[in-house]
Amino acid sequence: MELWFSEMHTPNIKISIKVDKQLCSIKSPYQRIDVFESADLGRFLVLDGFMMLTEKDEFIYHEMITHVPMAVHPMAKNILVIGAGDGGVLRELIKYDHIVNIDVVEIDEEVVRVCKEYLPKTASSFNDERATLYFEDGLKFVRRQENKYDIIIVDSTDPSGPGEGLFTMEFYGNCFKALKQDGILINQHESPFYAEDAMTVKRTHKRIVHSFKMSRVYQAHIPTYSRHWLFGFASNGLHPLKNLNADKWNDLGIKTRYYNTNLHKGAFYLPGYVEELLSDVE
Amino acid sequence: MNQYRTPIKDALEELERNRVIPFDVPGHKRGRGSDNLTKFLGSKCLSIDVNSMKPLDNLCHPVSVIREAEELAAEAFGVANAFFMVSGTTSAIQAMVMSVCKRGEKIILPRNVHRSVLNALVLCGAIPVYIKCESNEQLGIALGSSLKAVEKAIKQNPDAKAVLVNNPTYYGICSNLSGIVKLAHSYGMQVLADEAHGTHFYFRGDNGELPCPAIAAGADMAAISMHKSGGSLTQSSFLLIGSNVNANYVRQVINLTQTTSGSYILLSSLDIARSHLAVNGKEIFAKVLDLTEYAREEINKMGGFYAFSDELIDGDAFYDFDRTKLTVNTLGIGLAGIEVHNILRDEYDIQIEFGDMGNFLAYISIGDNHKNIEMLISALAEVKRRFSRPTMDIMKQQYIDPIVKAAPQEAFYNPKKMLPLKQSIGKICAEFIMCYPPGIPLLAPGEEITEEIIRYIIYAKEKGCSLTGPEDMKIENINVLE
Repeated sequence: MELWFSEMHTPNIKISIKVDKQLCSIKSPYQRIDVFESADLGRFLVLDGFMMLTEKDEFIYHEMITHVPMAVHPMAKNILVIGAGDGGVLRELIKYDHIVNIDVVEIDEEVVRVCKEYLPKTASSFNDERATLYFEDGLKFVRRQENKYDIIIVDSTDPSGPGEGLFTMEFYGNCFKALKQDGILINQHESPFYAEDAMTVKRTHKRIVHSFKMSRVYQAHIPTYSRHWLFGFASNGLHPLKNLNADKWNDLGIKTRYYNTNLHKGAFYLPGYVEELLSDVE
Repeated sequence: MNQYRTPIKDALEELERNRVIPFDVPGHKRGRGSDNLTKFLGSKCLSIDVNSMKPLDNLCHPVSVIREAEELAAEAFGVANAFFMVSGTTSAIQAMVMSVCKRGEKIILPRNVHRSVLNALVLCGAIPVYIKCESNEQLGIALGSSLKAVEKAIKQNPDAKAVLVNNPTYYGICSNLSGIVKLAHSYGMQVLADEAHGTHFYFRGDNGELPCPAIAAGADMAAISMHKSGGSLTQSSFLLIGSNVNANYVRQVINLTQTTSGSYILLSSLDIARSHLAVNGKEIFAKVLDLTEYAREEINKMGGFYAFSDELIDGDAFYDFDRTKLTVNTLGIGLAGIEVHNILRDEYDIQIEFGDMGNFLAYISIGDNHKNIEMLISALAEVKRRFSRPTMDIMKQQYIDPIVKAAPQEAFYNPKKMLPLKQSIGKICAEFIMCYPPGIPLLAPGEEITEEIIRYIIYAKEKGCSLTGPEDMKIENINVLE
């Protein structure tokens, strides 16, 4: 018997993972949620047919979306995480003792429930006493916050799914309002490689550039995404490289497997075609 | 009848299965003759773009599937007869007006009617008698018709043939329709409803969550835009009539102007949308109402904006309110409604139905969900944060009673000449001049141009109102009858 999970990257390109067994398949009010197990990647989470994370390489994504802003912000105490029902960002955040409060806003309660049950290595930190979980639309949540957070991390799905509102001009504007003056917005910024995805990258970057004084993009290599993958770094005061305090971060002694402060610098040096794509809208 | 049935759709599917060889129009022959068009619209769409034929019935004289579909629609809407219309609600309005009045006969109507009503008067030669229009000064919008004003018009014109009522207005405001019906019927006049924005009233919940639909209130005819709240394709509508109207005569009037090649794409969309409404309508509009009420609450919490609702009901010219309408007054943040409309479009990729001087209207429907609504609310919060200015005063509005000197038809067809504004005083106007706000015509063809009106036009221009209608786009000259 051969059972394969396939994800279409374009109508003409798909990547496939051989499935050992399916652990879970449910339909929530927002999306279809599946968890599979594979020989080489371990368990993996799929939302509406799109691969979200695998046990094997999720550390890359979660470390890069979390530690980059944490190494730049001198003393982030209050963090908002939007999306991220898998708990990966939270697991990285609780490594910092100086963080006082973490609000996690996930629209789909079922994602959290499924991840707690089937992906315990990722969803391990929901019980941390500094974390508060809100099952709410991120756009609505952030609209009612003002001058409150040091860092906002947007760990969203694609704009085609329930995450659509998290790619809008109004969302970035409301994030601006919710952040403190030197706050940082980090967002999952999609892939610049295929034409249609590149349009999303461009449109998203344009909207963030419009909303913040400074907006930079950095990349990470995530094998199961099998394309260049980008993250956005936006702020009104802090520069991702000039304000990087490598010594201070290294003194914290936080254990990571992908992120380090040298890679931090390198991640902001982008391939030529990506620079060109972004500069079109800057 | 079984409201799950869709006879027109079924007949089209049957035709496709039978693989009939087409030697009739349209010449694209199920799309085979126009690759680009087929690629763009899809082969399904082209395959049902067919002409009237035996198994598909004929819109001009329906005897089989269209007839059954019309009977199903009549039952779904709780009316005696329903006609499928494929030339827009405009054609339904024309048919309605032309069924009840002939050249020289009077029809009583509110000043804030849709243009299609006045155009119908140009076609048939009827003479308009306008009901004095009430407006809300603070919001800068026209309201419904007060019963007293209708009564006055009826008593002064007992020879009028019909009374026309907006149910509701573009802004969602309803008049006391059953009161007007009782009054009009007692004078032997028929009541016509422009229900372009009221399709969903026919599927209101059991607790009267929405205003009363026209035919249920006793109106004789109603033109409804199925393509607005009903979910069918643009340009498709129903004309509904009550039991004391001669359906065969109405059909004849419809056939005066309606196409003889009714589009089966539009007809099937009406058929499918009717079934959906009949089966799920109450549930759908309860959901739309929930979405709108939620948006209104959140927007009002924000401050600055004022999304008005049934708190303005006054038992008179604001008799009832369609709470599925999200009309928001923007003067509190110092922006005109049209400015907010443009900012949402240009900065946030959000298209709003319309904006006027003091308000905008976001159309919420069957196709919306919480995600969309949340985006709209968040964008408004941003508009307020980024763009608000010290509050501004709206211009003072004035309702000027029109003096009808000639039938619109006469004014439209007779020789005319263009005169500068001030020289036109005392002449008979030959064109429309609309003013937004509040969306009421200042002049219509056949009306005397008075000094008061010219003064108001100049004032409205200075205040930045949008004036539309005349041939001279700058509104420095007016066409008058020679």
